[in-house]
Amino acid sequence: MQWFDALIQGILLGGMYAQYALGMALMFGVMRIVNVSHGDLVILLSLIGISLASAWGLGPFTVMVALVPLAVAMGWLLQKGILNRVVGDDPLPSLIATFGLSLALQNLMLQIWSANSRSLPGGGIESQSVQIGGIYIGLLPVIVLAFATGLTWGLDLMLKRTRFGRALRAASADVEAASMTGINARAVYASATAIAVGILGFAAVFQSLRSTVAPADGGAQLIYAFEAVIIGGMGSVWGAFIGSMVLGISQAIGFRIDPGFGVLAGHIVFLLVLATRPQGLFGKA
Amino acid sequence: MTAALSTHGLVARYGDFQALYGVDIDVAEGEAVALIGANGAGKSTFLRSIMGLLPVTPDMVRLDGKPIGGTPTDRMVQNGVAIVPEGRRLFTGMSVDDNLRVAVDQADRFGRKGGWSLERLHRLFPILKDKARTQVQNLSGGQQQMVSIGRALLSQPRVLLCDEISLGLAPKVIREIYAALPEIRAQGTAIIMVEQDVGLAQSASDRLFCMLEGRVTLTGASATITREQIAAAYFGGSHAVV
Ligand SMILES: Nc1ncnc2c1ncn2[C@@H]1O[C@H](COP(=O)(O)OP(=O)(O)OP(=O)(O)O)[C@@H](O)[C@H]1O
Ligand SMILES: [Mg+2]
Repeated sequence: MQWFDALIQGILLGGMYAQYALGMALMFGVMRIVNVSHGDLVILLSLIGISLASAWGLGPFTVMVALVPLAVAMGWLLQKGILNRVVGDDPLPSLIATFGLSLALQNLMLQIWSANSRSLPGGGIESQSVQIGGIYIGLLPVIVLAFATGLTWGLDLMLKRTRFGRALRAASADVEAASMTGINARAVYASATAIAVGILGFAAVFQSLRSTVAPADGGAQLIYAFEAVIIGGMGSVWGAFIGSMVLGISQAIGFRIDPGFGVLAGHIVFLLVLATRPQGLFGKA
Repeated sequence: MTAALSTHGLVARYGDFQALYGVDIDVAEGEAVALIGANGAGKSTFLRSIMGLLPVTPDMVRLDGKPIGGTPTDRMVQNGVAIVPEGRRLFTGMSVDDNLRVAVDQADRFGRKGGWSLERLHRLFPILKDKARTQVQNLSGGQQQMVSIGRALLSQPRVLLCDEISLGLAPKVIREIYAALPEIRAQGTAIIMVEQDVGLAQSASDRLFCMLEGRVTLTGASATITREQIAAAYFGGSHAVV
């Protein structure tokens, strides 16, 4: 029972990680960019959300309605202003640029919000739970998992079925051939990053509901997203989702073995996958 | 008659290495010209320069007399120039249908009209209908080449550049693919084809250009050019014509 409980809690935790990992998988899949500032963007959006909530007394889902469009705009600007200048065959320039951005964002957040931890008041949903067969299941984690599943499903459908999705997959397969077919790769990239960061608008609300956030917290979120993407297989949307579940379950089981071992168990599974199946569970060799 | 597409003293370089030294080639509406030359002569470089994949100045490439050299590649396609690139360059991991629909999408996006539709392409290459859902990396070379040609046609080009579409294909497949060219031309589409097979180049084109080390060394009507002229242009003056 204890292990079944760990499995359930792990899957629910995976729902949170999936919301970080989707955008990272998208950006890596299309542009081969590892966005080092990914976690800092979640924190920045969280802090903006918390400030909005306290200034106007907004509920979490109203904050979400404001935050997601803001996140989309931030992603679009990030690509247009910075990443389109450094994207290319060489992964180093974009790595350096996003690393620099990460440092800049952290300092900016410290200036504005100080180093204190804050969280978003959820009006009670963060503490509600139901008991099913001896296992307590939190309402918020279930909502998080439902959003993660919906976002993954929607993103996958968009990639498969829409004009934009086809252009994005084409640019990801061969950007030069895509331009020879009339695709403006930079415009496609801007939309891809807008979506990737837009998803972080959802993640930010949930992250700040389920725990506290402080300006220096971005690094951990980046690592979890990165590990989930690697475990699942770079550049695949459902792969990132499953990778997030594997990471969440590993951490939950590790936590049952020893509370200090939870996060480390996730790192170990990540390293095992990297060593034995570097293309990820769902990646092509 | 003004040329549909023409180049004027086109030069191209890769860093310090100059690959093209002033190339003048032109093609009229509905005309097919062939470009032949040894490996490394600069044929692909020439086509890539037209497509805006290498830096050239505006007046080096003219479309209907208007200078458009150096236009970004995607805008070049919008302007009506499409390429079947060397090595086919299909979108791996995507189905035949999706590869083709990418081109349809972009033509729709810019309201480009022309005679080509998926249905018509399926009549031209029926196998593409049977294989619609197959991922392109699982096709035979000939089928892949048909997808690459189809993708270019669905951009509704007025000028079609083809880079060695016969390379590595069986003679029967080559005949099948070349049999499609008259229908493409009948539409008014101008074709510049790079071709290694000199006989094929001669029979499928109206005029022929031979390139050697970045320069055009022979120009003439395909029907009247002799084998000796081609051999001399192909290998350069220092090689005796046997
Ligand atoms: N990316 C590149 N960087 C540097 N030099 C290049 C590059 N691509 C081609 N070249 C050089 O430019 C010259 C022309 O090459 P190009 O590919 O245009 O020849 P080609 O006529 O198409 O030959 P082939 O029949 O083998 O396709 C060659 O000397 C080649 O080595
Ligand atoms: Mg070539």
